[in-house]
Order: sequence, then structure tokens, then C-alpha cells
Amino acid sequence: MSAATQGPSSLRPRLLGRTAVNAFVGLSVLYTLLPVMWLLLASTKNRDALGRSDLLSVSDFSLFSNLSDLFATEDGIYGRWYVNSLLYAVVGALLGSLISVACGYAFDKYRFRHKEKLFGLVLAGVMVPPTVLALPLYLMASEAGMVNTFWAVFIPVLFNPFGVYLGRIFSQGYVPNEVLEASRVDGAGELTTYFRVSLRMLGPGLVTVFLFQLTAIWNNFFLPMVMLSDQKLFPVSLGLYVWNSEAVTTPDYYPVVIMGSLLAILPLIAAFLLLQRYWKSGLTAGSVK
Amino acid sequence: MTATTPSTSTAAVRDGEAPASGPGRRRTPRKRTARQRELGACGALMTPFFLLLLTVFLIPVGGAVYLSFFSQDQPGLGFGPERTVFAGFRSYEAVLSDPTFLSSLATTGLYCLIYIPLIAVLALAIALLLDSGAAKLRRTAQLSLFLPHAVPGIIAAIIWLYLYTPGLSPVVDLLNKGDIDINFLGVNTVLPSIVNIAVWSNLGYNVVIFYAALQAVPREVLEASVVDGAGPVRTALQVKVPLVRPSAVMVVMFTLIWSLQLFTEPMLLSQSTRVVDSRFTPNMYIYDAAFTRANYGLAAAASVILLVIIIALSYAVSRWSNRANTPEEAAQ
Repeated sequence: MSAATQGPSSLRPRLLGRTAVNAFVGLSVLYTLLPVMWLLLASTKNRDALGRSDLLSVSDFSLFSNLSDLFATEDGIYGRWYVNSLLYAVVGALLGSLISVACGYAFDKYRFRHKEKLFGLVLAGVMVPPTVLALPLYLMASEAGMVNTFWAVFIPVLFNPFGVYLGRIFSQGYVPNEVLEASRVDGAGELTTYFRVSLRMLGPGLVTVFLFQLTAIWNNFFLPMVMLSDQKLFPVSLGLYVWNSEAVTTPDYYPVVIMGSLLAILPLIAAFLLLQRYWKSGLTAGSVK
Repeated sequence: MTATTPSTSTAAVRDGEAPASGPGRRRTPRKRTARQRELGACGALMTPFFLLLLTVFLIPVGGAVYLSFFSQDQPGLGFGPERTVFAGFRSYEAVLSDPTFLSSLATTGLYCLIYIPLIAVLALAIALLLDSGAAKLRRTAQLSLFLPHAVPGIIAAIIWLYLYTPGLSPVVDLLNKGDIDINFLGVNTVLPSIVNIAVWSNLGYNVVIFYAALQAVPREVLEASVVDGAGPVRTALQVKVPLVRPSAVMVVMFTLIWSLQLFTEPMLLSQSTRVVDSRFTPNMYIYDAAFTRANYGLAAAASVILLVIIIALSYAVSRWSNRANTPEEAAQ
């Protein structure tokens, strides 16, 4: 077959190559999906069936007893952890993404001295590991009497420098300068313009930043571990960590940890499936530019 | 129509002020100029973020550096108030001569050497296959691969820990039936086991990044390559791969930054295997020094050293990519 006449279609490999390609992609998909499948199946098994590792038998289906066990263990503290995680993650990501996108927008639309130096400082925030900040933050919180409170975790997670970076890129892409000019000519104030006009255009970008921050806060493990000792304030991640250490000596905890893990990944999977186009645009904005 | 540039001239821009000074600072009795209104709005939009930057970033970074040069001395038998004494580089000397810290660095270095090339090559290969046009169900494949990214690190670690644990894991069970006896949490296997957790969590994320970059490769370039008689494999390796190098640099850089901060997975595994001790990685060393041993000077010095390593390596990666870029650009 002649390449020149066939055009781009001849870029496609032959049948054998095609089978190999699909086999490789299929294997990697299995690799990513099977552990989640295992979690799903394991959550329907009681402790004895787990030990026998016959996951596909339906004889001892105990999903519901595992669920009720989960919410009964240690006086139902798991429900409390779940609510805490939702508070830290949803409220934190909402507030944090509004703050970062506003700042990114200002970086894009206004001119001022030392702008790029300040932006460099923002980007430096992406690089500094949380552990470097954790000890001084802990000491600061302890000075302020805030260790072991909701705020000790909630305030630091609002800081999202990558959101500022994305906010600046989205603002360049979604909010034309002409719109701002028109609004100024109409005599609208700068902030009024931002909240009435620009923020609406930034909507999809805001959702993207929100989603990324939601994931980051839901995943956060180090900061709560440093700041919190009161189990009632724990997020799910830290709670499951503690329960897993119990499971090492008391295997009764295995089914609860498995059930608790399954419930903990549901909100994020739902969010990612529902908001697919947003995270994709966020990833591409971060990479292609 | 009037010009579309913002209504102020460049001369007015020059006497602009820093954004953090807030609205209305330079308010005068007469009506404010448009430029001042803009700066006011700019300040109002930026202030919340910069307040956060100051309180949860700049002050703590400064605090870490400060703490690393001081140590707490308790006079007498631990009675009386603590005194903070200037210690110079003593904490740094202590950290750098501590074999457990050096071995945590070595462990992380080995981890990076296995993990970073593995994930970068795998992710690029899968993205190229998805982009080749031969793969079916591209959207579904991408979505499935991305799924683990929605699984929190600690839960990914829990799932894999259980899949490594004999008696719980169908994998170990299956291997045993085939007379293969592997301890996934042994001295030599624990690091690859941790690498596997990280690959599982991040593979799809990087595939999506590479795939997006490949989709942005201009069609004419690919057609030209076909006209030149290149097959699909040669097109992929010699045309597509060089064009997505910026994405590759970004993937390597972010993976490196994250790898040096390895904490969650080994922390969880340390509950189940003695091979992972409480100072397995630099981050675990810092946690142990600060919150188990309450040696703040030591923890702060180790934090600063880790930070310097991260900055130096990121700088090296970006320099290396710039230098690698130059001859090619010159050739064009």
C-alpha cells in the first residue's frame, strides 16, 4: 500500500499491530480497574470469607451487615469523619477556588509593578512541600491556641497557588479585554464588573480549580495528622489510617476499613464522572501551555 | 472605536503601586482616577490570596529557617522555662551526620530512579497507543486509567496493602497456588511495592496529560511524515515524541517534586511491616523528629535541606530541558 496516496489513514497500523495495541491498552485498563473491583467485592464479604479469599462466591453476601458495622464501630464515629471530610473539602475548595481565581484574574487583567516577581512567588508555593510548612504551622497554631481545632486544618488547605496559575490562564482564555472595556465605558465599577460579568465567564475554569482543590483536600492526610489529636475532628483519611493500625492486631477491623474506604472514594469518583470536561480542560491548561 | 488597551497610558502604569496595598490607600478628596480605581480593585481581588500566602506559606517557611538555627535548651532538670539558644549550623550538622537521615535520602533516591522513568515511559507509551488510532474505546480507556486519581493516596495504599497481605489477597493466594511465594513487604520487595502503588495512582493522570499534548500536534506534520514514508512506529518515536517534550519535562518535574515528598504510602505500610521504619523517607524523618522526638531544630534543619534538594533538582531538570532544547531550535 502506498503511503502517499492513502494519506493519514495509512498511519494506522496493520491488523496484528492493532491487536497488540488493544491488548496492551486493555491490560493497563485492567491493572487500574481490578484493585477497585476487589475493593467493591471485598466490601460484600464478611471477615471469614475475606480470609478464604473466594471473592466471587455469593453465598455469604454481607454488604449490608458490613455497612451497619461501619456505622456502629466506636459509636458511629465514621459518620462524623465523613461529615468532617465533606466540610473541609467542599467548603474549603469552594472558598479556596474563589480566592485563587480572583487572584489569577487580577494577575491577568491588571498591570502593576513587580507583577511577574509576585507571580513567581506564587509558583514557588507549588514547589514547597507541606512537611516543610507543617512544623512551623503547628507551632503558630499552638501559639494561637488553634491546635486540635477545625481551623487548624481548614485555613491552610485554602491556600492553592496552582489555582492562581490556572485562574490566570483561564482568565486569558475566557474573559476578553473588550468586555472589560465595554463595562468600564458603561460606568460600572471594577469589582462590580468582576462579580457580575467576568466571574460568570470564568465559571468553567472555577469548576476546574474547585475540582482539583476538592481532590487535594479530600486526599489530605499529613496536615490533619500533625494538627489533630481529637478523633471527633478527623477527616476520613486519618480515621481510616488509625483503624488500619487497629486491624493489624484486631482483624475484625478489616471489613470496616474496606467498607469505609469504598464509601470514601464514592464522592470523588462521582464528581469526576459528572464533571469530566472540567478536569480535562484543567489538565490541558496546565500542560500544553 | 477607541483603542482596546486599558484606558491608562504607560506613564500612569509606572507610578502604579504594589497590589497588596489595598483599595483606597491613596484616596484624595477629589475624584479618584480610573487608574486608582483599577489598582484598588486589583488589590481587593488579590488581598485574600496574599494574606493566605503570608500566613500559611511565607511565615512558616521563614519559621522553618529560623527554627533550624536555634535549639531549645531546658535549664536544670527540665524545670523552669525553656530557653531558645542560637545553635548556628549545629542542627544541620546533626542531620547530615545522622545515618538514618542519609539512608532515608538514599531510599528516596532509589525510589525516584525506579519510579520516574517507569511512569514517564509507560504513560507516554499508552498515550501514543491511544493516539495511534488503532486503539478502541479511547474515551473509556482514558477514563478508567484516570479513575485511581480519584482514590485518595491513603486509600490506594490501604487497597494495595491488603492485596499484598497473605490471607487477604487473592493475588498472593493465586501465586501460592502456582507455587510462587513472594513476600511483597520484604526487605527487597517493599520499595517496588511502593512504586507500584504510586504508578497505579498516577499513571492515568500522566496519560491524560500526554494524550492532550499529542492531540495538539498539527495534522500537517503527521501527514508530512507519512509522505516521507515513515511508518506508524517511526512517526510516533521520531515525530510525535519530540513534539511533546514540554509535557514530558512537566511530567518529570512534578513527579520528581512529589516523589521527594513520599510519605503517605510508606507511613501506612509501616503499620504492617517492620522493613519500613519510622524514618524511611526524609518526610517521615521530619515527622518523627518533630512530633515523636520533639526535636524542632533537627526537624526544621531536615525540612530546609529537603527544600533545598527539591529546588536544586527542579532547577536542574529545567536547565537540562532548556539546554536540550537549544541545539534543536538552532537547527530549525
